Amino acid sequence: MKSQITNRMATVLISVCAGLMALIMIALVGYIFYQGLGHVTWHFLTTVASTFQVGGGIKDQLWNSFYLLIVTMIFTTPLGIAGGIYLSEYAKPNRVTGFIRSCVEVLASLPSIVVGLFGMLVFVNTFHWGYSILSGAVALTIFNLPVIVRVTEDALRSVPVALKEASFGLGVGQWYTIKNVLLPAAFPGILTGIILSAGRVFGESAALLFTAGLTSPDLDFKNWSPFAFDSPLNPLRSAETLSVHIYSVNTVAIVKDAPQVAAASAAVLALFVLIFNLSARGLGAWIQKRMSGKS
Amino acid sequence: MQTLVDVKEVYSTEGLSLWYDKKQALKDVNVSIFEKQVTAIIGPSGCGKSTFLKTLNRMVELEPKITIKGRISYRGNNLYDKHYPVEQLRHRVGMVFQKANPFPKSIYNNIAFGPRLRGIKNKQLLNEIVERSLKQAALWDEVRDKLNQDANRLSGGQQQRLCLARCLAVDPDVILMDEPTSALDPIATAKVEELVHQLKQQYSIIIVTHNMEQAKRVSDQTAFFLNGELIEQRKTSELFAKPFHKETADYISGRFG
Repeated sequence: MKSQITNRMATVLISVCAGLMALIMIALVGYIFYQGLGHVTWHFLTTVASTFQVGGGIKDQLWNSFYLLIVTMIFTTPLGIAGGIYLSEYAKPNRVTGFIRSCVEVLASLPSIVVGLFGMLVFVNTFHWGYSILSGAVALTIFNLPVIVRVTEDALRSVPVALKEASFGLGVGQWYTIKNVLLPAAFPGILTGIILSAGRVFGESAALLFTAGLTSPDLDFKNWSPFAFDSPLNPLRSAETLSVHIYSVNTVAIVKDAPQVAAASAAVLALFVLIFNLSARGLGAWIQKRMSGKS
Repeated sequence: MQTLVDVKEVYSTEGLSLWYDKKQALKDVNVSIFEKQVTAIIGPSGCGKSTFLKTLNRMVELEPKITIKGRISYRGNNLYDKHYPVEQLRHRVGMVFQKANPFPKSIYNNIAFGPRLRGIKNKQLLNEIVERSLKQAALWDEVRDKLNQDANRLSGGQQQRLCLARCLAVDPDVILMDEPTSALDPIATAKVEELVHQLKQQYSIIIVTHNMEQAKRVSDQTAFFLNGELIEQRKTSELFAKPFHKETADYISGRFG
């Protein structure tokens, strides 16, 4: 009798906690969308930001966010996957490996503002990269690398040992086994992890304040030479991203419609992060089905 | 003596001992495996028979913290020589595992996997290898129309024969089988046993089994292991009819194990 009541209470408590979590998430995203989506128009997405006039948009910031994300991912993905492969397949269980693993964990738990200030001292000042896409991307790499390493290691470890044995048993070497058996089997997990981390990178602001900067030149979307100072592709120009824009509009902007611009930017940002997360789940499941289905 | 020389030795071990960390799993094993014969390895669970099998293609090295002493000769060369090319060994010595482990790829790609990594790119040749291997494993007629289907959709028995075909595709010399039928139903088991019977025309086969009837049915030689020691190894018919040792007699009559 008593154990039944305890059981009931535990079930109710756990369900309430789970429900509360879902409620917070729905309320938060709902509020952001309610406040912001009304102001999100095609005009808003395709007009440059204005510092003193009503009616500014987020065209450049949106571009910067995506560009920075892509550059960061180009840095992070190969490094992170290589690190994950090392930890899961090559590293022997000894002190050195333990040390490397602790490094990855510490790196993952560094506050992003610390990474940002470090980036300013090293990349911006010492390396003379200035406030730039490059500085920002490298700072974000520091911050994102451990995530990809961890995701890759976990995905590789969850591949059944029997597959590895089958490959080794055929006289296939370690690298070919990793390349042709383990990585394909771990691919859906790795891809999901990469997209989820892309969501985090997309929304990051503190690490970028002092590395990618709070301003961007007026971008000339007709000039795609990466060397022109106002080219969208120039990696050495400063670049204010969407999330940094939200911060700066809320703190320093003097335009009358600043609250609306901030709310609409937040809604766009939240929407993209949401799309990243949902597509990560969908894509992972789809690839899994596809890979075990035909080829 | 002349008659003995006719049968070639594929493997011989001298004083083979193996430890997992501090636990000894094989104790001073001296064994001879003969060419184009089926050697069955029997014994109760935990007697070291699977461990012994895995020393023959050095798969045992995948386990952490092992120590090996003694000598294993394969075709006259010491396997545990530092410079012995282990990939080449495993290419010559195929292995079929207890549980079928097809790659999550199509039937065709499972078989073509080994040959491709050995550098065979010619499509025609690959097709021939796939067909020949599947025929050897008596699977061709069942899968010829669905070679592009995912291998994991086959039945358990078919998967095990696929794994056998995959190992035949790299043209081995020896086939190691680690309780290959323990997860199969009697009909699928009979098919695999029939295959073992046919394959020994071309290959030397070593099969670990906990099923004594299976050992009797398929093997020419039987080795009985107990607590990491080789108790006796003889012709199967003799070992089952007149075991030398009391432990062997007790085990094959079902008194323990």
